[in-house]
Amino acid sequence: MKVQGRVFKYGNDVDTDVIIPARYLNTTSEAELASHCMEDIDKDFVKNVQKGDIIVAADNFGCGSSREHAPIAIKASGISLVIANSFARIFYRNSINIGLPILECPEAVKDISAGDTVSCDLSTGIIVNETTGKSFKAEPFPPFIQEIIDDGGLMKHIQKNLKK
Amino acid sequence: MGMTMSQKILAAHAGMQSVKAGQLIEAKLDMVLANDITAPVAIKEFGKAGATCVACPGRVALVMDHFTPNKDIKAAMQCKTVRDFADAQGIENFFDVGQMGIEHALLPEQGLVGAGDLVIGADSHTCTYGALGAFSTGVGSTDMAAGMMTGNAWFKVPAAISFVLKNKPAKYITGKDIILHIIGMIGVDGALYKSMEFSGDGIQHLSMDDRFTICNMAIEAGAKNGIFPVDDATRAYMQGRFKRTPVEYAADADAPYEKVIEIDLSKLEPTVSFPHLPENTRTPAEWDDRKIDQVVIGSCTNGRISDLRIAAEVLKGRKVAKRVRCIIIPATQAVYLQAVREGLVETFINAGAVVSTPTCGPCLGGHMGILAENERCVSTTNRNFVGRMGHITSEIYLASPYVAAASAVAGKIATPDML
Repeated sequence: MKVQGRVFKYGNDVDTDVIIPARYLNTTSEAELASHCMEDIDKDFVKNVQKGDIIVAADNFGCGSSREHAPIAIKASGISLVIANSFARIFYRNSINIGLPILECPEAVKDISAGDTVSCDLSTGIIVNETTGKSFKAEPFPPFIQEIIDDGGLMKHIQKNLKK
Repeated sequence: MGMTMSQKILAAHAGMQSVKAGQLIEAKLDMVLANDITAPVAIKEFGKAGATCVACPGRVALVMDHFTPNKDIKAAMQCKTVRDFADAQGIENFFDVGQMGIEHALLPEQGLVGAGDLVIGADSHTCTYGALGAFSTGVGSTDMAAGMMTGNAWFKVPAAISFVLKNKPAKYITGKDIILHIIGMIGVDGALYKSMEFSGDGIQHLSMDDRFTICNMAIEAGAKNGIFPVDDATRAYMQGRFKRTPVEYAADADAPYEKVIEIDLSKLEPTVSFPHLPENTRTPAEWDDRKIDQVVIGSCTNGRISDLRIAAEVLKGRKVAKRVRCIIIPATQAVYLQAVREGLVETFINAGAVVSTPTCGPCLGGHMGILAENERCVSTTNRNFVGRMGHITSEIYLASPYVAAASAVAGKIATPDML
């Protein structure tokens, strides 16, 4: 699958409290969660984000709370991919489980600036900065993770295995 | 090659002789947990997957603690969703207002988790139960839903860092100071994906409550889990409480640790995390006279009876400073009752503090103590991220109950010695 979009760029330790503040966790509505995504770190994000756009961040993206509402809000806001130097472990797991593509690629993070247009072939992990023309290769997922993503998330993956 | 304590518990639950770091395993769970924020998402996923029944209702715990007593209509609806699910599935470990406490204080207290267990919970502070010698880690709602459906979860076996705690901590040094010191040293991703395994002769000086506090904040260093060896203090805590049979695991002498970090507990000073990351730690020489507006003593980190005893020791015969709001939240009903019996609640009220029903409330900016623009709060909670407790310009200073209570009296960050 290929994705392409404009980049929103953030720094280190973007925590799940700024991705989706707890004051909005009294709902499970994806659209409502998306309407407050990144609000405490970037109040213009919701206004400016378009379907397909990409978030690029530095170290430890998604640290803090285990709230699955964080990757849900990002995905529902239209973001097609998050690229970071590293992810916090619960956020990483949650993203796979709900089908939000995420890639670790420090070289790409270094090169990409806010507003650049970036494309990525998720099956190969090849990231292209269309603005600078440079390309990068992220480590692809191990096969068992790829299988969960291919099945459409963890619940569908389990359903498939239960039927076996 | 030997195994770490965490690896031994994972191997046993996967039915394997041994495991090594990086290996992917599927393991049987002893307990699966969610709360009023994460359970509704899990129940939604559960329904989406076409699941109709929970694999083992006795091994599921649902605790209504974050926005309870219901802070608004939406929060009330979320609790109703979980209550209806618990009734339909015959889940007995459903804790509503009246029985509930903050989940990570409640589950150990109720004997629902213990030594040798493998536990996942849809709450990042599930790592708290490592204090009992369990492998316990936070996950998201979908993982929790899968755990309810199948009774199993997949894990990537973590590598580990060994923390050797030596000597006896000085007066006013608690588990909170120890874990804040460690996070200050290694950073908020210093143990990313790894186990934090504690050992050393210093452990004998740490109460179970100190150990719960230390393991609770392992996630604040990015860790998968934190874990203490089982000793007489652990056994005494579980005696007459733990509902299953404890299994004691110990790390092998040749267990593979990526790093060994020695900490001389006798040298530690009261430690406070300044805004806006837990790793931004400072000791008294680096504090200043900045005025504070609020103090919170409570949470899954520091809302246990020993924490309230410390707060009462400091507040007895003293008054909370003018223009400071001091909010004290016992973590469970049992802690609350004990605090009433010991006269701690009277001490708090006489000092000008308020005492609330158990709730996570202000820790995550839910209710019961939200901060206004530019306000500062000294708190015994676990995170000081931007906007965590209210307005995005407000500031949180993470501290021990000694420092929090002394700060309430001083109107600025202080230790009891400074009063």
